[in-house]
Amino acid sequence: MNLLTVSGSPHIHGDNSIKKIMYGVVFAMIPAILVSIYFFGLDAVKVLLISVIACMFFEWAIQKYLIKGPLTINDGSAMVTGILLAFNVPGNLPVWIIIIGAFVSIGIAKMSFGGLGKNPFNPALVGRVFLLISFPVQMTSWPKPNPLFAGKVLDAITGPTPLGNLKGELRGGRTVQDILEHGTKMIVDGKEVLYKIPDYVQELLGNMGGSLGEISAVALIIGAIYMLCRRIITWQIPVAYLGSVIVFTGILWLIDPNIYINPLFHLVTGGLMLGVFFMATDMVSTPMSPKGQLIFGLGCGVITVIIRVWGAYPEGVSFAILIMNAFAPLINKGFKPKRFGETLKI
Amino acid sequence: MKTFKLGGVHPAENKLSNNSPIQVLPIPKQVFIPVSQSLGAPSKPVVNKGDQVKVGQLIAKGEAFISSNIHSSVSGKVLKIDNITDQTDYPKQAIFINVEGDEWDENIDKSDKVKREITLSKDEIIRKIHEMGIVGLGGAAFPSHVKLMVPKGKKANLLIINGVECEPYLTSDYRLMLEKGEEILIGTTILMKGLGVNKAFIGIENNKPDAIKHLTDLAKDFEGIEVFSLKVKYPQGGEKQLIKALTNREVPSGKLPVEVGCVVNNVGTAFAVYEAVQKNKPLFERVVTVTGKSLKNPSNFLVRIGTHSSELVEKAGGLPDDTGKIISGGPMMGKALNMIDVPIVKGSSGVLLIEDSETERMAVKNCIRCANCISVCPMGLEPVLLAQYSEKEMFENAEKEHILDCMECGSCQYTCPSGRPLLDYIRLGKFKVGEIIRNRGKK
Ligand code: SF4
Ligand code: SF4
Repeated sequence: MNLLTVSGSPHIHGDNSIKKIMYGVVFAMIPAILVSIYFFGLDAVKVLLISVIACMFFEWAIQKYLIKGPLTINDGSAMVTGILLAFNVPGNLPVWIIIIGAFVSIGIAKMSFGGLGKNPFNPALVGRVFLLISFPVQMTSWPKPNPLFAGKVLDAITGPTPLGNLKGELRGGRTVQDILEHGTKMIVDGKEVLYKIPDYVQELLGNMGGSLGEISAVALIIGAIYMLCRRIITWQIPVAYLGSVIVFTGILWLIDPNIYINPLFHLVTGGLMLGVFFMATDMVSTPMSPKGQLIFGLGCGVITVIIRVWGAYPEGVSFAILIMNAFAPLINKGFKPKRFGETLKI
Repeated sequence: MKTFKLGGVHPAENKLSNNSPIQVLPIPKQVFIPVSQSLGAPSKPVVNKGDQVKVGQLIAKGEAFISSNIHSSVSGKVLKIDNITDQTDYPKQAIFINVEGDEWDENIDKSDKVKREITLSKDEIIRKIHEMGIVGLGGAAFPSHVKLMVPKGKKANLLIINGVECEPYLTSDYRLMLEKGEEILIGTTILMKGLGVNKAFIGIENNKPDAIKHLTDLAKDFEGIEVFSLKVKYPQGGEKQLIKALTNREVPSGKLPVEVGCVVNNVGTAFAVYEAVQKNKPLFERVVTVTGKSLKNPSNFLVRIGTHSSELVEKAGGLPDDTGKIISGGPMMGKALNMIDVPIVKGSSGVLLIEDSETERMAVKNCIRCANCISVCPMGLEPVLLAQYSEKEMFENAEKEHILDCMECGSCQYTCPSGRPLLDYIRLGKFKVGEIIRNRGKK
């Protein structure tokens, strides 16, 4: 007879694994990937591929030659970071900038802390913010969406994001009403064009300027529902995040609709949906207890709105999530799960 | 449908021996009866080498309050009293008996006739249960008479009978409910009388619809007994979880169920109580499931205490070649054995053979802070944190995080995507914290 194995219980294991979780996330991002390819064509394919390959390469190289430890690139987490990084940049970003972003995400934000699980911040967001600060021009020149099969090729033309346009014009003293109705005259590539913020349906579908993966709220929500069903993410962070954005911007809007735009606009524009469902829910860098996750989502929402409305940047999702990432350990200490048997005090 | 709220997992049920009726296992040539089979102090042998014993004769006496009597499961001659290794892996004193015939103590009623009316008084019932060496048959083997004696200042108002059998693979309780339903209900009534309550709930998971129906039909003839169907979820068989599921009462941290007026007993125990009180039969045999995916005939056997596990496995088709692990009990909370020749004791609910391919644990990776372990913990603990504190030997912190509330159900480790040995560390932590607390008491 063979030697018997003696180990502590439990003697069986569910079939959950890091791989399953990570490829589940990849699967959930497919709708958003398709939308980005639809609106930005081959540019999207290029950015996605380069980002994913670069992220996986850096992880492999660092583990193989620097750490000389076990290789984990097939666990899918580098692929997730790669896709998320691509989702967070404009479709016309030069290749070398993407590679720098991938290096910062994987090399600095992930591997230097000890790899998957030990990174305090979401790697893709660190990469993105690094690029935003280092290459502000390239990172904020957005190609106009140019749907596949739409006929005309408008490749060279860039346009603003709705959020950026709104913020700039509000600064200039115009009212929300005026901006939405009459649009903005702007000089693009030497020509004067009229930019109009798209209507909500277009925004919801993704027909607006923005980073690759953030444009279509619908595609992102489909992916999120999948992740919720598979229990890859929990509802607490998305609900608290979206809820606090709606309430906060709603209050401002009620105070003065001329200078504060309505909550719906905030929900469907910018990187909010992408951030809420795919980055604020990153398990590694967020709190663990349900209560803690609610607090986390709430904090993200409030900071996002503050930056969007009063901050220097038109968009605050990345900063908000990174700031709250920093608080995650503290939140874990302060908000414990409900213990069994604690409700009855004898 | 009722179930407990906090945490829980759904392991594959694998109830391979569901349709195998209880068979009487032939009496072995020799039995090895450990003198400590229940929680509490070991019992003291009252026979000597060379003594002739009968089936059901007292061979070791439980003298402490929390201890239980042990009776011979066979007739024959005491070969020696010596140390053996049992499922706990520690050497323990045991009584070796060479079997000769099958002569029962004459006070035992060997007939199959079901005896319904209960003639004993409350105190007599408790004394009888004590005398007959009845312990909890669900696994922990807590002496049953102790459970019936409600501590001063507390009051019990509900008896709960645990027919959940939430461990995968095990089917001994299920078969018992199907085949000995009436006896279980009589046993329940006896326990109610012993406890001084007039209400009993029987909780059964809804993966056993025929058992639920059978007992529900029978219970119509019994006063105060109600059968409840529970939604399948592990670990519903945990006392605190079962009480929560049935009554929504929550036993406070560190307290016993009687704190919320409940006392929980297993269906197997109810059956043993019936036999003890109505038939004068001490606890010397029990139903044990022998199972495993590679085993030829997964079965349920009525086994004399002290029989080697190997005899059960032999009867069920022999040890498969690919056996990598042998477990006493179920796969979630059972104990891995380092040899097959350990005696069946009162607390043995099953012998499970795990094949090689499922023996090895997955490779341990970094914790990815997915919080799965937290969301499945039925006690609302943070397994990842408790394991960290134990690993880093920060036992005081572990104590503050309620490590002692951990019921060792294994749900956290079962669900961890990184294959972390959470419960291994938590067990170590519990042990150390226990030590710290005892030392504190000494000062
Ligand atoms: S389940 Fe495992 S990986 Fe997830 S938080 Fe717990 S210990 Fe970490
Ligand atoms: S073994 Fe302990 S810590 Fe782990 S889930 Fe069960 S009760 Fe919670």
